[in-house]
Amino acid sequence: MTFARINAMLLEGFGTSCQLFLLTLVLSLPLGLIIMFGSTCKFTPLRWLTRTFVWIIRGTPLMLQLFVVFYVPGMLFHMHLFPSGPEGRFAAALTAFVINYACYFSEIYRGGFGSITRGQYEAAQVLGMTRWETFRHVILMQVVKRLLPPMSNEIITLVKDTSLARTIMVAEIFFINETEILTKGIVWPLFYIGVFFLIFVGALTLLFNYLEKKLSYYKV
Amino acid sequence: MAFLKVNNITKSFGELNVLKGIDFSLEKGQVLSLIGSSGSGKTTLLRCLNFLETPDSGTVTVREKTVFDAKRTSKPSLREMRENQLKFGMVFQSFNLFPQHSIRKNLTLAASLIEKERLKKAHASRADIHTAMERIDQHANEVLAQVGLSDKADSYPYQLSGGQCQRAAIARALMLSPDILCFDEPTSALDPELTGEVLRVIRGLRSEDRTMIIVTHEMEFARHVSDRVIFMADGVIAEEGTPEEIFEHPKNEKLQAFLSHTKETSFQED
Ligand SMILES: Nc1ncnc2c1ncn2[C@@H]1O[C@H](COP(=O)(O)OP(=O)(O)OP(=O)(O)O)[C@@H](O)[C@H]1O
Ligand SMILES: [Mg+2]
Repeated sequence: MTFARINAMLLEGFGTSCQLFLLTLVLSLPLGLIIMFGSTCKFTPLRWLTRTFVWIIRGTPLMLQLFVVFYVPGMLFHMHLFPSGPEGRFAAALTAFVINYACYFSEIYRGGFGSITRGQYEAAQVLGMTRWETFRHVILMQVVKRLLPPMSNEIITLVKDTSLARTIMVAEIFFINETEILTKGIVWPLFYIGVFFLIFVGALTLLFNYLEKKLSYYKV
Repeated sequence: MAFLKVNNITKSFGELNVLKGIDFSLEKGQVLSLIGSSGSGKTTLLRCLNFLETPDSGTVTVREKTVFDAKRTSKPSLREMRENQLKFGMVFQSFNLFPQHSIRKNLTLAASLIEKERLKKAHASRADIHTAMERIDQHANEVLAQVGLSDKADSYPYQLSGGQCQRAAIARALMLSPDILCFDEPTSALDPELTGEVLRVIRGLRSEDRTMIIVTHEMEFARHVSDRVIFMADGVIAEEGTPEEIFEHPKNEKLQAFLSHTKETSFQED
């Protein structure tokens, strides 16, 4: 195995990790909002159902959920939700990640919206604003400001969680690394991988710090 | 017919009957003070007028137009609801300014949303919309000057004192020129030394075409600012009259007890 060959494989794994990260984010952010509507719904059965689901997802390891999503439908019902091959594995991993992170995000949203006082909605109402205008011009930025710190923590955790995808043999960056170390005894990819995560998380941290600073022009 | 007519408003929260049939009317330009002990239903009455609570029965009429009727079954259109809503303005005890917007934006936000919607429906040009927005900005400057906050236009609510916040909230309500402006204990959340500036601003708002309803525990202020005073007790109007009648010659026993318990406040005439 040449340096170039390992390098190419690592880059491919890096690509898969990034893909998993971005797709999870793009899908779970809106899904989390929908789950939040469920868990704050006035219709009690739906509310309890959603909250129980969130409790289960947040209360069990992501690794277990990966296994369940990938293997259980086939084992119990002989259903093959995901095609075999790397695409199927990736889709399964993505599904588990999206469900898991959507549940975490939904709780963060719930906290964010819950922290807006009733007075803000009432002030907007007596000024004749519609519900949409109230959301758009009064509530949204206040919620975003409150969501940013917990959200950035969660998103940084997601970066590192992508390495769990290897439990169902998705070839993300860590998976490739492990194969190399075990079979060839090559150690340097470990550092390579550390640097990958450090840069990734570092860039996100800078981004979130910038956003928090942008929103610090007012206090609640 | 009276400018504002409130007819047999009742409201209960579960088992608790908070308003047990409120009737009163108000002429244009009059200032009404609502006084009464804690829990007598003053806030609830204001909230009912401002559509923040839905009364169980009764009607509210403003300028001959019924804006609320508990018996009405059809839901009013969004446009009508907004129109009715804007007949009333409300200043809250806790200001409820929008923290992420400057004081100027707090004032102009609702007005510009309404104006933009109207102009877009009329297919106005962008230049027209621009002029309209400038007019609203200009109006905001005038209103800010009126409440003595010209120098705070670009500040954010967290940078203002309580008294300044409340004056900004008053200015925000004034922007939409409501027919009836309601105040719910506008100075109760303030340090005593800041109540004077707010009460002076409210007193300065009195004019022939500004009708106001003020819930207050500041008896000196109520006596000086109002044309009429209503004393509420246990969800009913126990006594109603001119400030002289209420404060000099109270007939109702509960009112007499209430007045003797209320210590004179520090509102100063100047
Ligand atoms: N949303 C609500 N749910 C249940 N009870 C309520 C609600 N709002 C008010 N009440 C009750 O209604 C009664 C009247 O309340 P209200 O706030 O109108 O009194 P108030 O005259 O404004 O008193 P205060 O001088 O203390 O402000 C109180 O007993 C209060 O607990
Ligand atoms: Mg009250």
